[in-house]
Amino acid sequence: MTLLTVEDVHKRYGREEVLKGVSLTLNRGETKVVIGPSGTGKSTLLRCVNRLTEPDSGRIWLENVEVTSAKTDINHIRAQIGFVFQDFNLFTHLTALDNVRLGLVSVKKLPKKEATDRAMAELERVGLRHKAKAYPAQLSGGQQQRVSIARALAMDPKLILFDEPTSALDPELIGEVLAVMIRLAEEGMTMIVVTHEMGFARSVADEIVFMEGGVIVEHGPPDRLFRSPEKPRTAEFLRRISELYGQEGR
Amino acid sequence: MNLVFDWAWLPRLSQGLVLTLELTALCMGLGAVFGALLGLVRVYSGGKFSPLYWLASGYVHFFRGTPLLVQLLTIYFGLPTVGIALSPFWAGLVAMTLNTAAYQAEYFRGAIQSVKAGQMMAARSLGMTRVQAIRHVILPQALRLVIPPWSNELIYMLKYSSIVSLTRLDAGTMDLFGAGRWIQSRTFRYFEVYIIVALFYLALVLILTLVLRWVEGRVRIPGLGTPRRSV
Repeated sequence: MTLLTVEDVHKRYGREEVLKGVSLTLNRGETKVVIGPSGTGKSTLLRCVNRLTEPDSGRIWLENVEVTSAKTDINHIRAQIGFVFQDFNLFTHLTALDNVRLGLVSVKKLPKKEATDRAMAELERVGLRHKAKAYPAQLSGGQQQRVSIARALAMDPKLILFDEPTSALDPELIGEVLAVMIRLAEEGMTMIVVTHEMGFARSVADEIVFMEGGVIVEHGPPDRLFRSPEKPRTAEFLRRISELYGQEGR
Repeated sequence: MNLVFDWAWLPRLSQGLVLTLELTALCMGLGAVFGALLGLVRVYSGGKFSPLYWLASGYVHFFRGTPLLVQLLTIYFGLPTVGIALSPFWAGLVAMTLNTAAYQAEYFRGAIQSVKAGQMMAARSLGMTRVQAIRHVILPQALRLVIPPWSNELIYMLKYSSIVSLTRLDAGTMDLFGAGRWIQSRTFRYFEVYIIVALFYLALVLILTLVLRWVEGRVRIPGLGTPRRSV
């Protein structure tokens, strides 16, 4: 069943057109991994989905609600779409617990006790219950990213968008974040993940989307796309990635 | 040289001190509220295309660009000609508030803009409105950042509140400096009284500096910034 529909989305920054008509559909429970060279609009696409970036044209639906309609309460939509940033963006003045709890109290209007219980449960889920009282600056990058995943999860999102969630992490901290994401995918969370982690893409994705130059060049199940890409550009990108990171791509 | 200090000066000076503190506290408090609003408008009103932005910017430039002394005397001696007569205390308070609000607006603007853009984005991604994001995420961080420049402004206003003695504050309502001048006019002990008055201001400034440094430490975000005495 279709959860998200993106239809012919365009976005231009000044003279440069970053998205040149991108369409995709995402089913409930599906994990889509978006790969491609830097600066090809992958992050912009994610930000257009919940209108953190306003698309210039094109339409987006979450279930049967048009996200891009001027009549839609975008805050209501955003509360249903989790977003995990490359550089975490945890609220620096709040503890891990308060970071997870803030959306529950201010957006979902949960009573404090209920919000606290829920936030603690989400911290538990990412293995950081013992860090509830720690401030972001007292946590490692991997821990911060796990808290930010807990913050997204607490809102009961219909899907979560991951914008290069491990790119800002030291190599030894990537695994703990990927482990959380893998478990979410297995539990049936719907996710779009922009990443360069090919190992993760191969093992978790239901579909790989290869983007370049503001368009989707090719998409398909990981087995097929990694083994026999149809487009020469896809093949070349995968070859360069595997040269960098080895055959399994980390 | 024969310096003469008289304990009899103390009651009058203390009265003045109280008025100086009242004026400073009120203008700094009101100025913080007004200044924070101006700062928010300057950052969030949508920039060069918004009339609110121009209004706020015009205000800031005008009140920073003209001397506080001119503002005070205009309000006290000028406004009565258009039918607005303020008492010396109120004229002083209004002038000081209008002036410090303009300066504080810039300190708040700087502090708000020092909060990383990702903080606003993360708040909005959770479904917070812009006002909610400002209230729960931006302001709590900006208010911490504004403490050092705000302390500076506080000290400045404390000392420059002495200009209210140029309006006709009567004996019952004199500020610290005015009280000193009143004593001088009766004792002719200019040097001694100036020394005492200066020491009063100095003591106040030192105490306030300590208090604000304590506050700054109290609200410091754990793990952020360097604790004092480390390299």
